Amino acid sequence: MKIDFTAKHKRKDFTLDMALSFEGPVTALFGPSGSGKTTVLNILGGLLRPQEGRIVVDGEVWFDSQAKIWVPAHKRRIGYVFQDARLFPHLSVGLNLRIGGWLRRSVRAKDKRSNVEWDDVIDLLGLNQLLARKPGTLSGGEQQRVGIARALLANPKVLLMDEPLAALDEARRAEILPYIERLQSRFAIPTIYVSHAREEVERIADEIITMKDGSVVGVRRGSDFSL
Amino acid sequence: MTLTPDDIEAIVLSVKVAVVATLCSLPLAVFVAYVLARWDFWGKALLNGLVHLPLVLPPVVTGYVLLLTFGRRGWIGEYLEQCCDLVLAFRWTGAALAAAVMAFPLTVRAIRLSIESVDPKLEQAASTLGASPFMTFVLVTLPLSLPGILAGTILGFAKALGEFGATITFVANIPGQTRTMATAIYTYTQSPTGDEGAFRLTLISIGIAMLALLLSELCARHIHRKAADL
Repeated sequence: MKIDFTAKHKRKDFTLDMALSFEGPVTALFGPSGSGKTTVLNILGGLLRPQEGRIVVDGEVWFDSQAKIWVPAHKRRIGYVFQDARLFPHLSVGLNLRIGGWLRRSVRAKDKRSNVEWDDVIDLLGLNQLLARKPGTLSGGEQQRVGIARALLANPKVLLMDEPLAALDEARRAEILPYIERLQSRFAIPTIYVSHAREEVERIADEIITMKDGSVVGVRRGSDFSL
Repeated sequence: MTLTPDDIEAIVLSVKVAVVATLCSLPLAVFVAYVLARWDFWGKALLNGLVHLPLVLPPVVTGYVLLLTFGRRGWIGEYLEQCCDLVLAFRWTGAALAAAVMAFPLTVRAIRLSIESVDPKLEQAASTLGASPFMTFVLVTLPLSLPGILAGTILGFAKALGEFGATITFVANIPGQTRTMATAIYTYTQSPTGDEGAFRLTLISIGIAMLALLLSELCARHIHRKAADL
């Protein structure tokens, strides 16, 4: 699957300007904080509308400033894993996980081939014991596992992950990273992974896009990850 | 101390007016609070001002404005009578309208504050899972702001129960029709022998208001306990 991404977005002290194709399957957006990685992710996810550009995902136009096309977040088939998990505090883990599948039930009914199965996700991320709990009682690492599962169970075409490990300590990071690696072999969902941690990116990504000050300064693919 | 049939009538009418006023205006109050909390649009300050106007105007002015617009010759009142056979002026329904208008700013304010305290990042998360703005509201914003909605409702109910100035101006003080507890107490105080009656109804007013506050406290505690169980 191919993602063509062109966007220009100016704010007071920051300008994003990039035109690129993500080939994946796992693309890392790598760079220091303030380089525009999360901005790119927000634009892809429909949470931020750039001033100019065009986004085509798997042949679907999500954004075209000239044609005045903007598909809002809820109509894009994405899964978004936030740095701060953002679980719904009033719902149990189980309901947090079911909400995406329920909201996209018509998509699930139409496109059965690409369905992500509940048991697979719960099993892979080891969530069986947590389903009845409320998010507030979970550790940071557990919350992030639920966040990843929630995004997967929304049946995404593209998985967007925004520094999913950055809020965790070293031990938790080492706990979650293998889960993220296993995602790919199990579900093969194209993923855009934002991170400023080189070792993470080198372990997970097939393609590394290095950003600085809102622009792309390097693209590496295959095994040539000598950054 | 025994209540006269007139007293009981006034009490029942007051509760009926307050309940109808609160419940009927609640959906609109939630909507307006949401709009004020979350949307940015031209004229927002104007809407905000309009909603709060009954809070700062003398109640008699609000009542008079209601009479001008919703009275039988008022432009809305005349239309309502023709299309729906609904007369508000000098009827209990008008008392409910007056109470609702007067309570509206308090209710909206409380609900707006609690909606503003819901983290917009959670709403964003819902949209990435496929929730339309409406579903996001139903699944995330509404349940998370429930304690504030409850508090606003109770506050509005208490205000509606005690509304006097706008009510007496708009629907007068007709026994059995528009004489609520507040206007009944006023009537008692106008008569040389009315002290005892005024006192009786005052006690009842305090009792009902306390009961409402206790109920809201209980509900709030229940919600907090549920939140703590999470």
